[in-house]
Amino acid sequence: MTPSESPARDRLGPTLFERSRPGRGGGKVPHPPKDALSRIPADLLRAEGPHLPEVSEPELTRHYVNLSKLNYSVDSGFYPLGSCTMKYNPKIDEWAARLAGFSELHPFAPDDLAQGTLQLLWELETALAEIGGMKAVTLQPAAGAQGELTGILMVRAYHRGRGDMVRSEVLVPDSAHGTNPATASMAGFRTISIPSAPDGGVDVEAFRSALGPRTAAVMITNPSTLGLFESRLCELLDAIHEAGALAYMDGANLNAIMGRFKPGDAGFDVMHFNTHKTFSTPHGGGGPGAGPVGVGEKLLPFLPTPRVLREPDGRFRLEAVGERSTSIGRVRAFTGNTGILVRAYAYIRAHGDSGLREVSDDAVLAANYLKSRLAGVVDVPFSRPCMHEFVASSVSLKAETGIRTLDVAKRLIDYGFHPPTIYFPLTVEEALLIEPTETESLETLDAFVEAMARIVEEAHSSPDLLHSAPHYSPVRRLDETTAARQPNLRWRAMTGSQTPCPE
Amino acid sequence: MVPQDLRYTKEHEWVRLEGEIATIGITDYAAEQLGDIVFVELPDIGRAVSKLAAIGVIESVKAVSDLFAPVGGEVVESNAELAGAPELLNSDPFGKGWMLRIKVADAGQLDGLLDAAAYEALTAEA
Amino acid sequence: MAYGPHTNEDRARMLAAIGVESVDDLFADIPPSLRASKLELASPESEAELTVRLRGLASRNRVDLASFLGAGAYRHFTPAVVDQLLLRGEFYTAYTPYQPEISQGTLQTIYEYQSLMAELTGLDVVSASHYDGAAATAEAALMSCRATRRERVLVDRGVHPHYRETLCTYFGGASLVAEEIPLVAEGPAAGTTDLAVLERMLADADRPVAGVVVANPSFLGLLEPMAEVGRLAHAAGALFVAVVEPVSLAVLATPGDYGADIASGEGQSLGLPLSYGGPYLGILACREALVRGIPGRLVGMTTDVDGRRAFVMTLRAREQDIRRDKASSNICTNQALCALAAAMYLAALGPHGLRDVAALGAARAGELESALAAVGAPRLHPGPYLNEFAVRVPAAPAVHARLIERGILAGLPLARVLPDEPSLADALLVCATEVTTPDEIAAFAAALGDELAGAAGRGAAGREAAGREAAR
Repeated sequence: MTPSESPARDRLGPTLFERSRPGRGGGKVPHPPKDALSRIPADLLRAEGPHLPEVSEPELTRHYVNLSKLNYSVDSGFYPLGSCTMKYNPKIDEWAARLAGFSELHPFAPDDLAQGTLQLLWELETALAEIGGMKAVTLQPAAGAQGELTGILMVRAYHRGRGDMVRSEVLVPDSAHGTNPATASMAGFRTISIPSAPDGGVDVEAFRSALGPRTAAVMITNPSTLGLFESRLCELLDAIHEAGALAYMDGANLNAIMGRFKPGDAGFDVMHFNTHKTFSTPHGGGGPGAGPVGVGEKLLPFLPTPRVLREPDGRFRLEAVGERSTSIGRVRAFTGNTGILVRAYAYIRAHGDSGLREVSDDAVLAANYLKSRLAGVVDVPFSRPCMHEFVASSVSLKAETGIRTLDVAKRLIDYGFHPPTIYFPLTVEEALLIEPTETESLETLDAFVEAMARIVEEAHSSPDLLHSAPHYSPVRRLDETTAARQPNLRWRAMTGSQTPCPE
Repeated sequence: MVPQDLRYTKEHEWVRLEGEIATIGITDYAAEQLGDIVFVELPDIGRAVSKLAAIGVIESVKAVSDLFAPVGGEVVESNAELAGAPELLNSDPFGKGWMLRIKVADAGQLDGLLDAAAYEALTAEA
Repeated sequence: MAYGPHTNEDRARMLAAIGVESVDDLFADIPPSLRASKLELASPESEAELTVRLRGLASRNRVDLASFLGAGAYRHFTPAVVDQLLLRGEFYTAYTPYQPEISQGTLQTIYEYQSLMAELTGLDVVSASHYDGAAATAEAALMSCRATRRERVLVDRGVHPHYRETLCTYFGGASLVAEEIPLVAEGPAAGTTDLAVLERMLADADRPVAGVVVANPSFLGLLEPMAEVGRLAHAAGALFVAVVEPVSLAVLATPGDYGADIASGEGQSLGLPLSYGGPYLGILACREALVRGIPGRLVGMTTDVDGRRAFVMTLRAREQDIRRDKASSNICTNQALCALAAAMYLAALGPHGLRDVAALGAARAGELESALAAVGAPRLHPGPYLNEFAVRVPAAPAVHARLIERGILAGLPLARVLPDEPSLADALLVCATEVTTPDEIAAFAAALGDELAGAAGRGAAGREAAGREAAR
């Protein structure tokens, strides 16, 4: 295998603004009558129109088609990104979301006109509750982080509802994803970070010392961000509940355990799901996703409003305004990222009970396969069986050759792969967090191992090649320092650009 | 070799005391750990700070570090040049990259700080 | 398996390489007491069966009515090219552009989105997207508190009720205070922000205000005195947050024009389907001086090591993965693909096209106003509006239900979302856009006229019957 040269045409082109010429484009909507705005006072109107680009449809099409070719994507290649679950996005899900009955439905349509969507949402809630072992689910949050905020705000409401005002702390392991402490802060809590045990799991004794009457909740990712199942989970959950606190599970790594472990049944009081991970709703270059939240009995009264309810006669309806006064309220307008939820629903229906369990089995199998094949190539700090992902490290490589994880990652690009997650979790030095998912063929997995082996060889024989990688991508290593010191966040027509127009 | 006439903290800051005024900055070691510095947030003039309080933020491209007061007192001056040229912390951390000046309330607080040799021993271990 | 490539042979090979007998061995770390047995879900469905199920569900929604419903989500025409381009897998199956060298497609298109929205709002810094207008508004309010180090925010009652509720939810966690600015009850400014009360609320020296949040157009469709609100806010040292609707910004004065510090709003109008509430597009923009406090991703232009133009996510130290518990927001996943759709929409329409959309909507709305007034449903408020307004309809919820049977979705009965406003109990919030047709307007007016006449008849008959009762 050799790294491949990308064709010269796959380079950055001009921006829309640079392509714009007066008079181009148009013809999309009819012209309004001349007096359309005459009843509006002039001082409330814009003095001149916005300076938006004028491009014709053919130029527009080429602009976006050519830009798309500069992107790596699941549709074009392997993304072994730990904690991201970059599995294949089924095309039937796109078809489903675009059905007119779903896409043209207004969010304020009366319940009688929305029975199809309401039924879908209700069935999705039920399915997620079953998968998570929870009593009920809200589909309102637009992302995992918003799901975390929703969950922690419900925890807050729970304690206050019992007259307990002193619980001001949230405990997280030091391997936690950054959203966990950020969520705690947004919800008004102080975060206490607990160092992990040497075997990579939570240090239950350290948690016990930190737990107390000021603890509102403990947020745990399970399997952990190291890809390991928390084997001391029972002890930890018992300790949390003994202290009067609640247990939150970050469900980012759910892909490992569907059908094998149900967080709610195990004792977690609340959890969030990431539909754009486990349930394959597409990443879209950064979003949209959805972050449904599942709750047990304790938090049931606090779910965001409106809930989707099913009447005895089988009709579905939304909770009315003010119907449930214990709710924490809304975290967004309307009901949720419904178009995304339609995709997640289709995914779950396609797989069914046995299919979802098979997804987890194959995800875990593939990760362990990669781990066993890479064991001789890079450091793998934790040798016991991993779940759906595992941590590797470039510590030895760095000591021997000066090549760091960053350089390995950038050179993988030349070999046609997206790099794994790097420098996360923070608890492992020079970390590479690798998650193959269940939709990658053995050929792909083997090719990845081969590329890693070549890169390690190159690290010894020609380290400069790696320090300056990537060589064959549309752009090479970027000046992120100037980008942060002198931010250029928008196109400015009059003063021109800092960098020359590529054409 | 770090400047011999300064005192140092375990948080990789340096202090120069002249009369009642302590000039404070970060060491070259800290700057190197952070990488290219892109932004510095300094406390307002007149603010009263206590020893070890977080009084500012140093931002690099991929990291953030709190700035802690090595001594208590009142902030009397901050380096206005850093707003437009945060890179001074990388290029000249002990000179033009000075960050702020505090009118020291209790000079005795400086006794606990490290001298140059002790600081070099600290960074050698790391 | 539905989408996985592994055959039993593949699995056997992997097990052999790992050195275990069965995949169950890999789950040994799960304590026996915590092991689940099975998932109580339906069995898998083939793609063909799944399409039947999905079509069935979709067909149980009614989207065939002539709709005059707005209230924060709007029916618009989207050029076909937008969805065709959005379906390119290189866009929608791409990850967040943390490896910029292989994400220039996403990065340049988001930079362009930021630039387009900067033009529309008149504010230079635009985030790469937030969840929706409500969450963006809540975060804008939080921004104002951080920037001023004050704890009290004033939110106009003309801001969408869902946005106000969301803001309260976010504020609950932060222990901040949100108070509502009332609307003027009577007179030429009825239904708009009560500036006199606002001034009094701002004057409390013991409780300084961090931010003043007003929507233009308001939830009731009215145009607000934004410049005056801005002057009052700034005189009291508060920031001014404008909640805006992006299509309207093609013709209305912008947040930049009237001195807003921060703008938030909903971008659904820019080419996103109604889709029962999401995924939508949270617009969040601010003046350059506030850039370090804005949550969410930002894309900047820079160069690569060969001096070529390139784009990269920048000012990353604000974000949760670096700042952790000190981050201003926990936002990670955003609405990137929706921002891309909005950029494509704006590029496809162009500046004249967007103005035409706004103006056409205004023209149709004017026709709608006349048609409804002619059958006995006049506007509730006298002030100027763009394309949405409230009309007085006795027993509005009941009339609304009967109009559905006649194939008309007559806007939103305001009692449904503002049950605490008795003045709105007999009101419908209606809107028109460039897709509203004169036939639809005529049908709506005729049906409403019938209903109002019939009700009057029923009212008369009812009084007669009551009179006969009383006489017995």
